[in-house]
Amino acid sequence: MTRLALEGIACFRGGRLLFEDLNLGLEPGEGMLVTGANGVGKSSLLRIAAGLLAPAAGRVARDGAVALAAEAAALDEDQTLFAALAFWTWLDGGSDEVVAMALAAMGLAQLAPVPVRLLSTGQRRRATLARVIASGAGIWLLDEPASGLDAESMNELAAAMAGHLAAGGVILAASHQPLGLEMREFAL
Amino acid sequence: MSPFVRLVRRDLKRAFAQGGAWLPLVFYLLVATLFPFAIGPDAALLAKVGSGALWTAALLAALLPVERLVRPDIVSGVMDQLAVRGQSDEAVAAAKLMAHWLSFGPPLMTATLPAAALLNLDGATSARLEIGLMLGTPGLAALGLAVAALTASLRRAGALIGLVMLPLAVPLLIFGASQGEGALKLLGATSLLFVAAAPFVAGAALRAGRS
Repeated sequence: MTRLALEGIACFRGGRLLFEDLNLGLEPGEGMLVTGANGVGKSSLLRIAAGLLAPAAGRVARDGAVALAAEAAALDEDQTLFAALAFWTWLDGGSDEVVAMALAAMGLAQLAPVPVRLLSTGQRRRATLARVIASGAGIWLLDEPASGLDAESMNELAAAMAGHLAAGGVILAASHQPLGLEMREFAL
Repeated sequence: MSPFVRLVRRDLKRAFAQGGAWLPLVFYLLVATLFPFAIGPDAALLAKVGSGALWTAALLAALLPVERLVRPDIVSGVMDQLAVRGQSDEAVAAAKLMAHWLSFGPPLMTATLPAAALLNLDGATSARLEIGLMLGTPGLAALGLAVAALTASLRRAGALIGLVMLPLAVPLLIFGASQGEGALKLLGATSLLFVAAAPFVAGAALRAGRS
């Protein structure tokens, strides 16, 4: 069973207290949208949830593998999109079919042989989301997943998220725009 | 294939695809070419200083790839993604060390053959130099990786890398260029120490850099 729970989390960044005593819990099939102005600590919250950042106080309980879509795409520029994505999918124990499936889910199938350095901002964003889809991880942490996406990609993203929740996954997303999916909101 | 092997393969591919791996090699050969011009065509003198000159050149060549070892992977988010997948920083650093040495050590040893000829080194000296480089380049690669991880958060670390790394590499230079007895054993010991410590130093630096 996939679960994510944050208990009594406090976050200090650059000598400033961003938030404290933050509690949230996600049960299987549950998604949550973290909202808030720029700089309130949405990304830091996701990094804490991912285990990349140690919270100043509190604890994080993760039940299941984590996939993070952060601002940086983490795809090798001189590789083709397929090869760059396949590197991560293989690390996660997936196969080439999984990569092809994830690319198709984000409408990137035709771009598979294109080098990553030639992709546009929106296409990179979609590739980042395709990596999350291909990871097979139960916990999705999405940092501004909708930034730079066109209407069609938004629909694909919403469909992928709905599918993940229906399969018992957990989603924690930070965004200041609606993601086209009914989720609990959490204002930071 | 294990994650370690995958990481080594990826780094190795990147090193040669971006051309970065050839740079130290060309630099090394260039220095070997410059030396006879500077010292003059005195074959006996060249043969005498040649081994030390090549070691100095190898040391300087080892500085060149340092900047692209770790920082690009932090900026592009690759390090974060590896950490999210539960890969320990030490294991990632060890894979990077392996890939770095493979793209640096053997090519340098190959380039030493023409370089030794340019400096009129005799067979015994060349052989000793090759053995020395085989023992010493892993240490140089380890130093390079540790310094790369320590300076990864700095935007323009080029000059600083030299200042941090060269003093630490002095033992390798001394034992490598020395013709004395036991020098190779000490060289191997120094190199081993660097190789053993580097993944932990780099791993701690990577972890500290994330917070």
